[in-house]
Amino acid sequence: MSEATSTITVHERSASTTGLDTLKLGMWLFLATEVMLFSAMIAGFMDMRGRSPADAHHVLNIPLTAVNTFILICSSLTVALSVASIEQGNQKRLRNFLLLTFLFGGTFLGIQIFEYRHLITGGELAPWSSLFGAGFFAVTGLHGFHVFIGLIWCILTIIKATRGRFSAQNFEQVEIFGLYWHFVDVVWIILFTLIYLL
Amino acid sequence: MREDSVVGTGWVRHGGRKFSDYLVFNTDHKVIGIQYLALAFFFFILGGLLAGLIRAQLAVPDGQVITGSTYNLTLTLHGTLMIFLWIIPAFTGAGNYVVPLMIGANDMAFPRLNALSFWLLIPGGLLLIASFAAGGAESGWTAYPPLSATAPLGQTLWAAALQFIGFSTIFGAINFIVTIFNLRTPSMKLTQMPLLAWAILATSLIIVLGTPVLSGALLLLIFQRVLGAQFFTPAGGGNPLLWQNLFWFYSHPAVYIMILPGFGIISEVLPIFSRKPIFGYKLIAFSSMAIAVFGFLVWAHHMFTSGMDPFLRVPFMVTSMIIAVPTGVKIFSWLATIWAGKLRFTTSMMFGLSFISMFVIGGLSGIFLASVPIDIHVQDTYFVVAHLHYVLFGGSVMALFAGLYLWYPKITGRMLRERLGQLHFWLTFMGFNLTFLPQHIAGLEGMPRRVYTYAPEFWIWNLLSSLGAFLMAIAVLPFLYNALRSLAAGKVAGPNPWRAFGLEWTLSSPPPVHNFPAPPVVEGDPYGYGERPVPGVSDHKAQVAA
Repeated sequence: MSEATSTITVHERSASTTGLDTLKLGMWLFLATEVMLFSAMIAGFMDMRGRSPADAHHVLNIPLTAVNTFILICSSLTVALSVASIEQGNQKRLRNFLLLTFLFGGTFLGIQIFEYRHLITGGELAPWSSLFGAGFFAVTGLHGFHVFIGLIWCILTIIKATRGRFSAQNFEQVEIFGLYWHFVDVVWIILFTLIYLL
Repeated sequence: MREDSVVGTGWVRHGGRKFSDYLVFNTDHKVIGIQYLALAFFFFILGGLLAGLIRAQLAVPDGQVITGSTYNLTLTLHGTLMIFLWIIPAFTGAGNYVVPLMIGANDMAFPRLNALSFWLLIPGGLLLIASFAAGGAESGWTAYPPLSATAPLGQTLWAAALQFIGFSTIFGAINFIVTIFNLRTPSMKLTQMPLLAWAILATSLIIVLGTPVLSGALLLLIFQRVLGAQFFTPAGGGNPLLWQNLFWFYSHPAVYIMILPGFGIISEVLPIFSRKPIFGYKLIAFSSMAIAVFGFLVWAHHMFTSGMDPFLRVPFMVTSMIIAVPTGVKIFSWLATIWAGKLRFTTSMMFGLSFISMFVIGGLSGIFLASVPIDIHVQDTYFVVAHLHYVLFGGSVMALFAGLYLWYPKITGRMLRERLGQLHFWLTFMGFNLTFLPQHIAGLEGMPRRVYTYAPEFWIWNLLSSLGAFLMAIAVLPFLYNALRSLAAGKVAGPNPWRAFGLEWTLSSPPPVHNFPAPPVVEGDPYGYGERPVPGVSDHKAQVAA
């Protein structure tokens, strides 16, 4: 998450008492908080959905979002491949797969914004127009925000990769980024199922 | 690398030697701990002044001190400040200072995240004060819709403030868990950890699983207020109970966030001043974990009168009462700890002992309230106000003071004046009981909470309450004087003034910037008073007494 070479981190990073990696343990705990956050939001969405007409989600463009979901799943694949690349010390492949991840993620977000625009300006769905709209925009908006943060993180990781900060022995930060990215993807698959398919 | 000096000179530093080191982004857990404690104490004073305003208004029926609207703003800010910017950050601060020392770590696992956690409280606090100034945050700390959904701007600022504070708490909790697991000195088994570390671990687990739910609820509230979504307003088809469910899913566990660290502090104080090992170490440790788990299964007991399915009230009543079992385990363990001990009635011990008795009163009225028939009768009366203050002030705040008196010598290197401490304790203890004991009666007689005026028949109880509040306000003065004056004029404490076990007492007072030169080696029971000599205490007489 942060550079280990800062001037103020004077105490040596001591070996972990449990054997668990300190940064990864922290990240997993952070993801646990994210699970609870999305659970709360999904509970709110499901409540609103239960109070909406049964066909409330018919305004959504399911084929387009299915393609978008596929694109996001592809980005999970590329992030996994980027970790596999640096594990073998291949800097170039790491960089390329991270770039692909950024492209896929950026496309996903772009399509989501396009969908938002279409829904709101077309007068079909808005946060203020219906309970379903309120739940839809709150929960997909929070997810989109997470993708946005992931894209920024991805750029920072690409910059570090370009500067050769990672190696076959030192790629923990790529893994941590990957954990986050996979989490955001998994959340989307749940959201896609609950919002669009059911 | 490991010289004992402050690193960095600008806005980013590690270690505290000069006063200015405490005013910047500092990554030393000890500095951050003090920053937390100082800021929290500031908000304690502010929240206390607001309480004074409330009690001034309520001193007589039909009081004219403030308007009804200002009264609502005042009680909202009082509750929010005391919970989110006094008790929780004060425990976080105490934990930040002491826990790494107790487990033989040189810092927290993520020092910069730790500093960020502290600094997130500043925008949180400023936004809260702004919410008061802007007006609108009148729905109490529970912020029930529809009022909170339709109120003016201040309520949005209030929600934004809690988001900042929530992030602060979450990052702090992640840091504590990783620190306790991974930075513990290798020779210390989990079952040799001081009980405060166990308590902070349990607290942090609750925060990790609970606080994000509050963040989600606040996000929905902000969404409603800013974008016109209708989540919580029945007029738009929304569901006000959704807020109550999400809010209490966090906020009931949050009462354990506010009391478990207190349990931990008491488990340190009692053995030291009883000169006996803690009774039931494992039971106390595991009951903290049990409370953390069960705490998530009781939230709807706040909603017995909110129109929930009547049948569902029964399981929630049962789970709420079950919480009393692990809590009772602790109470009896503490009583067995002091039983036949060589008690030393220091100020810290006095606060510790009063914690037990006051918390038992609050705990018992809690079992009352968990019972559906009684709760339906006294919901939203002053009985609830009395209950929650016995738990949060009689419990949490007493424990905080017990801890402050215990660790002040470690933190500053100086002793507090004992006489002033005793004065502080007795004024607080008497003022507290005078304030809140009568509220039980007013509540049982039907006086509703959160109303700026009341019927004349409740006058006597309210007058007593207001007098007690005045006493509590006075009680802070000897403490403030004592804490500030002793910084320079207090007797030099030395490393271990209480002849206590625990790794923090093996270091100088205050400890060196980087704590332990080498990972300390731990052996035996962390509370082995009377069983083995206290390391570093050479005085023969002291050893015999120990």
